[in-house]
Amino acid sequence: MTLTPPLPRTLRSRLAWAFSDALVITGRDLAHWARQPGAVIANTLLFPVMIVLMFGYLLGGAMTVPGGGSYRDFLMPGMFAMTMVFGIGTTLTSVSADAARGVTDRFRAMPMAPSAVIAGRAAADMLNSTAALAVLTGCGLLVGWHPNRGATRAAAALALLLLLRFAFVGIGIYLGLTFYRSPEAVTAVRTLEFPIGFLANPFVATSTMPAWLGAIAQWNPLSSTVTAARQLFGDPTGSTPSWVTTHALLMAAAWPLLLIAVFFPLSLHRYQRLSR
Amino acid sequence: MSLSAIACEGLGKRFGDTTALDCLDLAVPEGAVYGLLGPNGAGKTTVVQVLATLLRPDSGHAEVAGFDVARQAAEVRARIGLAGQNAAVDEVLSGRQNLVMFGRLYHLPLGMARRRADELLIQFALTDAGGKPVRQYSGGMRRRLDLAASFIVAPRVLFLDEPTTGLDPHGRNEVWQTIRTLARRGTTVLLTTQYLEEADHLADAIAVIAAGRVVAEGTPDALKSLAGGDRIDVELRAQGDLAPAAALLRARLGADVRLDYDRRELSVPVTDRLGALNEIIRSLRQEGITAEDIAVRRPTLDEAFLHLTGGGQPASSDTTAEPGEVNAR
Repeated sequence: MTLTPPLPRTLRSRLAWAFSDALVITGRDLAHWARQPGAVIANTLLFPVMIVLMFGYLLGGAMTVPGGGSYRDFLMPGMFAMTMVFGIGTTLTSVSADAARGVTDRFRAMPMAPSAVIAGRAAADMLNSTAALAVLTGCGLLVGWHPNRGATRAAAALALLLLLRFAFVGIGIYLGLTFYRSPEAVTAVRTLEFPIGFLANPFVATSTMPAWLGAIAQWNPLSSTVTAARQLFGDPTGSTPSWVTTHALLMAAAWPLLLIAVFFPLSLHRYQRLSR
Repeated sequence: MSLSAIACEGLGKRFGDTTALDCLDLAVPEGAVYGLLGPNGAGKTTVVQVLATLLRPDSGHAEVAGFDVARQAAEVRARIGLAGQNAAVDEVLSGRQNLVMFGRLYHLPLGMARRRADELLIQFALTDAGGKPVRQYSGGMRRRLDLAASFIVAPRVLFLDEPTTGLDPHGRNEVWQTIRTLARRGTTVLLTTQYLEEADHLADAIAVIAAGRVVAEGTPDALKSLAGGDRIDVELRAQGDLAPAAALLRARLGADVRLDYDRRELSVPVTDRLGALNEIIRSLRQEGITAEDIAVRRPTLDEAFLHLTGGGQPASSDTTAEPGEVNAR
């Protein structure tokens, strides 16, 4: 005996189906956390904490912030943003593993909306990063950092950080679906986190770099988010005035939105044409 | 056409300079286990990807369960199962969690998805391992879980792309057993394989494909007869007996006897196998010729396969042996 599942026929039921599919895909990731809590704690939670301690205490003594202020206060927003950057690797790895193993093709051969698979992945990664951000915030409070300009601005800063993460989810999905055939390529692409993360201002002010490098770093989308977060938290920004730093808030919204508008449609396109 | 679970006409697909499918035609009747047999790179996986709506053909037309794969992909997807070359399951989750997840993605209510998962675990002999993470499974267990996942909604058409590649003989037998069980329940199975033995064991009908085209199709037996009919091989003790024995059997059986001096062997094409066997034994005994060994054999699918795909000989040039229901193209 064979069975045929019902298909959604109306726009409303299609949306309901896509939403339910996305929830199942997100739930799958949450089940991973439950199955291997150690890996999640080590990768997404302890790693950033370790970096805070390393830069805050081991290297921080040698750092001065141009324009004054505590290096640890300068560092914390940078660390929040770096955690978003390291999320690219998380997204890339899970997307390419599914594609390489044929799980993605199984989804594609099922009556599922392509957008649901991508939305489910995005929701899972956003939850993961939100948890990492919460842990890191707690860690920051423990080492004496705190937001100085009120809860609303602090919430806005966190929202901008998560908006950047969402853009990085799109990039991670696109890269994962593009390079999944070769594990070496995935590893190589993952090192992209370093130029994105270090050719920017999370650890040092761009004014301390050679002028041409500092200019590139200032225009890195990451730098805009970090500067905006520093302003909103009331932390030292260490930035020299230029168009992009004085419009940090605008750019911290514009950059991620641009990346989202480019990479989510690209990811969807890749997904629909995945088979070689 | 309406009786076909799968119907393709003139499918073409190119990847850059490579022609993966070259005007491929295929018709698989409802309820059949149909084998797509071909060497690596023949286009088997591409056929499956097109039929499973994963890949758009450049040209041609394909229907699965009566729906067009390009224009009615959602309808097709609701009626097919796919098990590819890898076990496409989540390694971290347990077997049961995987099946519940895929059931939910087919929009079974949670309770029904759980019940279906438990049924499938029993059906695919995975009950004991159901709660363990898949990464602890053996190769055969993974494939069985993969098959179970492609069978959640008991599809009309099941695509199996090299389902036993990389399995040990034990795992392979387990998977074969499972496929036979599924086929008995009315699912049409399209199976690709490069193992002739597998096609011979499982398939009701086989299409041999090479360079993106179907070069022959028919039942396994009919395909074997393309490589010639049955033969009796006689190994003699003394090499000097070969020529007189060959002359003797030519005279008695009127058959075209082949000689192989290295193996001291005569090979006789036969139609009435037992009658010919009797006649050969009697004739040799009368003449005092001693045989070391004598064997009746059917041509293997390997011979048919080499015959069809090798040497660049068009298969149709040489189908003197009763064609049966074979269509050599």
